[in-house]
Amino acid sequence: MTIRVGEAAEAPSFQKAAFKLLDDAQLRKNVRHATDVITGKRAIVVKEQQDWQQLRATASAIKQHTLAHLDEYLLQFEAACTADGGHVHWASDADEANRIIVDLVKQYSGKEVIKVKTMTSDEIGLNKAFEANGIHPHETDLADMIVQLGHDKPSHIVVPALHKNRQQVREIFMEAMGLAELSDKPEDLTNAARRYLRDKFLNVNIGFSGANYLLADTGGVCVVESEGNGRMCVTLPEVLITLAGIEKVIPSFRDLEVFLQLLPRSATGERMNPYNSLWTGIGKGNGPQHFHVVLLDNGRTRILADPEARQTLHCIRCGACLNTCPVYRQTGGHAYGSIYAGPIGAILTPQLFDMQHSQSLPYASSLCGACYEVCPVKINIPEVLIHLRGRVVREQQSGANIEALGMKAMARIFSSSRSFEAAQRLGHIGQWPFVSEGWVKHLPGMLGNWTAVRDMRPLPKQSFRSWWREHEKAKKENADA
Amino acid sequence: MRISLFITCYNDTLFPETGKSVVRLLERLGHQVEFPLEQTCCGQMHYNTGYQIEAGPLMRRFVETFKNAEAVCVPSSSCVAMIRDHYLKMAETAGDPGLVQAVESLLPRVYELSELLVNKLGLEDVNAYYPHCVTYHASCHSLRSLHLNDLPLRLLRKVRGIDLVELQGIDQCCGFGGTFAVKNGDVSAAMLADKLRCVENTRAEVCTAVDNSCLMHIFGGLHRQRTGIKTVHLAEILASTEDEATQ
Repeated sequence: MTIRVGEAAEAPSFQKAAFKLLDDAQLRKNVRHATDVITGKRAIVVKEQQDWQQLRATASAIKQHTLAHLDEYLLQFEAACTADGGHVHWASDADEANRIIVDLVKQYSGKEVIKVKTMTSDEIGLNKAFEANGIHPHETDLADMIVQLGHDKPSHIVVPALHKNRQQVREIFMEAMGLAELSDKPEDLTNAARRYLRDKFLNVNIGFSGANYLLADTGGVCVVESEGNGRMCVTLPEVLITLAGIEKVIPSFRDLEVFLQLLPRSATGERMNPYNSLWTGIGKGNGPQHFHVVLLDNGRTRILADPEARQTLHCIRCGACLNTCPVYRQTGGHAYGSIYAGPIGAILTPQLFDMQHSQSLPYASSLCGACYEVCPVKINIPEVLIHLRGRVVREQQSGANIEALGMKAMARIFSSSRSFEAAQRLGHIGQWPFVSEGWVKHLPGMLGNWTAVRDMRPLPKQSFRSWWREHEKAKKENADA
Repeated sequence: MRISLFITCYNDTLFPETGKSVVRLLERLGHQVEFPLEQTCCGQMHYNTGYQIEAGPLMRRFVETFKNAEAVCVPSSSCVAMIRDHYLKMAETAGDPGLVQAVESLLPRVYELSELLVNKLGLEDVNAYYPHCVTYHASCHSLRSLHLNDLPLRLLRKVRGIDLVELQGIDQCCGFGGTFAVKNGDVSAAMLADKLRCVENTRAEVCTAVDNSCLMHIFGGLHRQRTGIKTVHLAEILASTEDEATQ
């Protein structure tokens, strides 16, 4: 089985990628502006929702329940979808999913595909697979289109082109659409996109979508979006193919009541998504006449098997954790080397990958907890990060590693108060090569990362415990006197 | 009340003044302070960096040291968060029912300093005097794990002579994050730059918090940039009086 998450296998470590990105003043300004706007809007619409905490708890409970019975709900979905004329395919990994989808497009003699925004297709590298087979995919979500036309990568799971401002979008459009003139006014940019996309909507016969929710009881699929371009893709073409991770299933239509309140408020700070598309199988003579759903595992069952990290699969891809994350807000999404960026990416990518290529990601967090606080399905991301750090450490233990040696030495020092106190004294004596004029300004090795931008006071002559002994003695003498 | 002090390893080693202030403050308020010398570290650094196996014995040592305490006072919200958020799970993972029971019994008696003062002892005015312009940084664990909300601010507002000024982005992480500051030094530095800008904008002379770990980070930057602003743990402000104003 080959599990793939976009091009994460070739990505540099988070530290290396972040180092470069921190120098990109325009990107940092764009990311800061966009995340400020979204978090501001979110705060207002969350505050007005009186039962927000109950909604979160309910969503979390629904997800827990569904994951505990995932096999049953998936089969129920398959039966209901098939009964209404849909076809359900099962893909164990990215390659199998790509093969199924490419074969379907070929079967319907397609040369082009219009796509609704879907992160899952980026996860499996579908566009590459299409192109390798002479099929041209057209991204129709405005942001995805900007990313595709600019030969770029998504940097956010909800707003993939968040790192670009409208001046940059203007340049991308002018070049890709061959326009001689275009202003950077939002209306003009939107009109340019509209003219470009209308032609595709009317002429391409195969639509492709992801899924926000699969409904087990009705066999329905739900996609929410802001622009209506997705609605075009799932209604106009003759053929519709949907790709969904197996964790996207929820038990019933009624459960949407919870999720359709949580998702838009968390994702874009809207009370409701402008477009909520729901369809079940096919409708004779109305909309697509051939409908296929590809259910994707690609490492998800392995996450499900880990009780500590299972909650990762609750994610409804709202992106609230990215917008609030102080790390993401500095670096933007590309530092995470995966189409899944931010705190959720830092726990999802390494698990899908079985930790092989992404051991730096669980450390790409100060564990500040802001992600957990905003998560609409209550994923305790800091807890999962710590759990995954434990896995990284266990897997790295084989080789000699300065950090591991240091940590073990510290653990031994803390194992008795005598050794701790001895280490305190030794530290005070042994620090002199690093102290100059009463300050520590240059430390060796990894600790040099601290003194790169921060001073430090040397260890004081007297530890607290040493002072305490004197304090106790003085108190006793006073009492005796 | 008999209060056992868990000073934490880095306060013990790097910030003894904070410990002395806690002792002075609690004794001034008429309480009996004990400092069990067997204590070392809560295990947070190991646990959060992925060395959960090494953190296990440190958890046991803490429980053993403080199991009979009437109340444990900890002048660090991140160490309290370690104890409160992870000890029970660690004990359960160890498969030791006795230990689980000991942790369950001990947890309600562990207080961060401002929790102890306000929630347990019912105090907001501790007769402190601190004639300086101060801004308060709400550390991540104090906010999002302990949910201290405005407890430290309520204590600070009652300090005589203090000029308390609001910090913009008060709830934003300073970028310390334990080993994060060295493992991701560049991103940490970028986060710190934001925090320093906010602290400087307040025009305060002193930045305070309930965690010396964050303050060490913030001060490291303030001093490198020669801003002249210092950082002082909440305990040191609350311990100050007209007679012994700390400078």
